[in-house]
Amino acid sequence: MTSDAEVVPVADTLSRVFAALADPTRRDMVGRLSAADATVNQLAAPYDMSLQAVYKHLRVLEDAGLVSRPLGPQPRMVHLEADVFDVMDTWIERYRRQAERRYRRLDAVLAAMTETETDDTKGKTS
Amino acid sequence: MTDITQTTIEADPKVPVIRMTREFRATPEQLLRAHTDPQLFVQWIGPNATTTRIEEWDARSGGSWRFVSSHEGTEYGFRGCFHDVRPDRIVQTFTFEGDPDGVALETLWFEDLGDGRTLLRTQSLVDSFEGRDAWLASGMESGVNEGYAKLDELLANGAV
Repeated sequence: MTSDAEVVPVADTLSRVFAALADPTRRDMVGRLSAADATVNQLAAPYDMSLQAVYKHLRVLEDAGLVSRPLGPQPRMVHLEADVFDVMDTWIERYRRQAERRYRRLDAVLAAMTETETDDTKGKTS
Repeated sequence: MTDITQTTIEADPKVPVIRMTREFRATPEQLLRAHTDPQLFVQWIGPNATTTRIEEWDARSGGSWRFVSSHEGTEYGFRGCFHDVRPDRIVQTFTFEGDPDGVALETLWFEDLGDGRTLLRTQSLVDSFEGRDAWLASGMESGVNEGYAKLDELLANGAV
């Protein structure tokens, strides 16, 4: 498709986001960060895993653009980047609307079918 | 006219699946027919500015299908197999010929809600998250952006 060149970068972003969120621990981290920023230690507290493993998850989330750790006083806070979700929502919403448009056309076809069937029934009874 | 539920969509984070639901004012039998009768199918598969030409259509379990959509002189081919056609479901494969390695497995369920209404549930499974997201990004049908602005307008105005 000719539009591929344009959509690939966004698709890449989406792929990284979906891949990052495919892991339950990372989904949980994102869920907790949506309430408030947290330090890595605070984030790690509920999980039975090494701090190193937690950093590994954080790196995946960072690479996907889902979280950032802005420079500032130590310890640095992990911050959720909500913009990436907007990109994802925009694409999914666009796709949904396209399906909705298709189904509205189907509504019209079904309505015409019902009308024809009603006419047929009338034809038979008269 | 009572409002019917709009399309819902869900992109599963764990498996490369897109799920949708939509309610229709029709019986499951009518909905099945609108999906399997080629003359009815071409009337709604769209998008609006495209015309669809059925090249092959054997809507039986084990049959196959192919259609070509043209938009402003460019043709896009789609093909697949009807794996299973039953009163309450269709299981089929779906391939855009511009990306022949991408094969989606689609299941459509027609769930009788009574009172002349039917819930359509669809699930599309692709082989990777990248593939799924590319589909979402391209709008799957043709990658054509026409009409979105207009639709946004209509949705904003409450006209649709």
